[in-house]
Amino acid sequence: MSSALRDRTGEVLLPGDEFSFDTDDTISLTGPVKPEKVVCGPGLRRSGDRLLVCKSGVLRHKPPNMFWMDSQQRRYVPAKGETIIGIVTVKSGDVFKVDFGGSEQASLSYLAFEGATKRNRPNVQVGDLVFSQFLLANQDMEPELVCVDSSGRANGMGVFGGGGLLFTVSLGLVRRLLTPHSEILSDLKQLFPCELVMGMNGRLWVKSCSLQQTLVISNLLQSCDTMTAQQRRELFRRVAQGAL
Amino acid sequence: MEVCGSPAVTLREFGCEQSLLSRPDGSASFIQGDTSVLAAAYGPAEVKVSKEIYDRATLDVLIQPKVGLPSVRERAQEQCVRETCEASLLLSLHPRSSLTLILQLIHDDGSILSCFLNAACMALMDAGLPMSFLFCGVTCAIDVDGQIITDPTAAQEKESRAVMTFAIDSKEHKVMMSSTKGSFSVNELQQCVAVSQKASEKIFQFYRDSVKRRYSKIL
Repeated sequence: MSSALRDRTGEVLLPGDEFSFDTDDTISLTGPVKPEKVVCGPGLRRSGDRLLVCKSGVLRHKPPNMFWMDSQQRRYVPAKGETIIGIVTVKSGDVFKVDFGGSEQASLSYLAFEGATKRNRPNVQVGDLVFSQFLLANQDMEPELVCVDSSGRANGMGVFGGGGLLFTVSLGLVRRLLTPHSEILSDLKQLFPCELVMGMNGRLWVKSCSLQQTLVISNLLQSCDTMTAQQRRELFRRVAQGAL
Repeated sequence: MEVCGSPAVTLREFGCEQSLLSRPDGSASFIQGDTSVLAAAYGPAEVKVSKEIYDRATLDVLIQPKVGLPSVRERAQEQCVRETCEASLLLSLHPRSSLTLILQLIHDDGSILSCFLNAACMALMDAGLPMSFLFCGVTCAIDVDGQIITDPTAAQEKESRAVMTFAIDSKEHKVMMSSTKGSFSVNELQQCVAVSQKASEKIFQFYRDSVKRRYSKIL
C-alpha cells in the first residue's frame, strides 16, 4: 500500500479517497514477508485496514514511510509541542487564560516560566503577548501551555511585544516560513532589518526600525499568502528599489 | 403514470470558486446556470455552554434569502442541509466546539436546495474540516408528460408535477437525504434516484477539477 501512496504523492486528493492494505498479487517466496509500516500525518485517518483521506489537499511524502495531506487552512487546531503566540485574557489566581485562536482558551500556569517560584511571580498582565508551547493538547481536555522547555529553560519563550505589530496569516504560510531554508525569509532579510516572531497558530509579530517599515513588512507577508514564487520575488524587488 | 423514454442526464453549466471571502475560515460560491449561492464556514470555534455537546461538534446552518428575513421555508432547507453535513463531517474530532455554515442566496433560478448542498460541501472542504466523504445535491423534476428533467430551472419547476432533491455521497453513491414535493409513483421515484446517482458522478468530477485548479498554484 505504501507503493500505492508513493505513486500518488504530489496529487490533489479529496475526502473519501482511500487506500487499502490489500496484499500484493505476488508474494515473495524467498524473503520474509514483513508488514509495512505507514505513519499517517494530518489529513489521513486509519480506519480498520484502510487509509482514508479526510481533508482536501496535496499528498506529501517524507521517506521512509511518513505521509500527510498538505492543505491550506486558516483555523488553528492545537497540537502538542507546537509553539504559538497567545494573548493573555484572564489572570485568575495561579493560572492565566490565553487566547490562541482555537475553540477554547488555553491555561498557562504562573510557575511555567523560567525562574518562577511561588514568591517570585512572573510579570504578566492581561493583554500581554506570550510565545509558548503546548504541553497538553487533545480534543477532550482543556489545552495547557508552558513557557519553559523540558529542562526548565525559557529557550526564547515568554512574554514579549513592546512596539511591534501582531497580524494573522494562513497556517500554510507560517509553515513555509519555518522550513529550514525558507525562500520568503531569505528574501525578507535582504529588505529591512526586523524582529519577527512566528506562531504556528497563524499569528506573526513584527518589529522594525520605524513604524512605516513595520507596516510594509506586515503587508508584504500578508500578501505572500496568495502569490506564486515569481510574483512574490517581483514584489520584493519593487519594494527594495524604493517604492516607499 | 409511467415515465417514458431513457432520460439523458443534462446539467446546466457549473461554476465554483473557493476562498473568495477573507474573514471566514472557508468560503465557496457555487453557480448552476443562473442559480448562485455563496457559502461561508467557520470552525472549530468557541461554543455557548448551552449549545455544547460533550462528545462532538455542534453544527449550525443558517440560510439567508435574497430579500427579507429567514422564514419557515429556510428553516426546512437548513434542516436538510444540516442532516447531510452532520453525516459526512467527522464531528467527534472536535468535541465542545461549534461549526457554523452560512449560505446566502444570490439568485434563485431553480434547483436551489441542490445548489445549497453543493456550495456547503465546497465551503466545508475549503475550511479544512475533516470529512469522511463528500456529498452533492441533485434536483429532478417530473413534467406533465412524465419526462425526468435534471437540474430544472425555475420555469421548469413551476410546470412540473413533482420536484425532488437528493443528496448523494461520493463513496457509495447512495442517497443521504431526500426532499420531495408533488405526486409521483414508486417507479418514478426509483428512476429519479438512478438518474440522480448518474448525475452525481459528473458533479464529483467537477469538484475534483475545481480543487485541482485551486491547488495548482502551490504544486
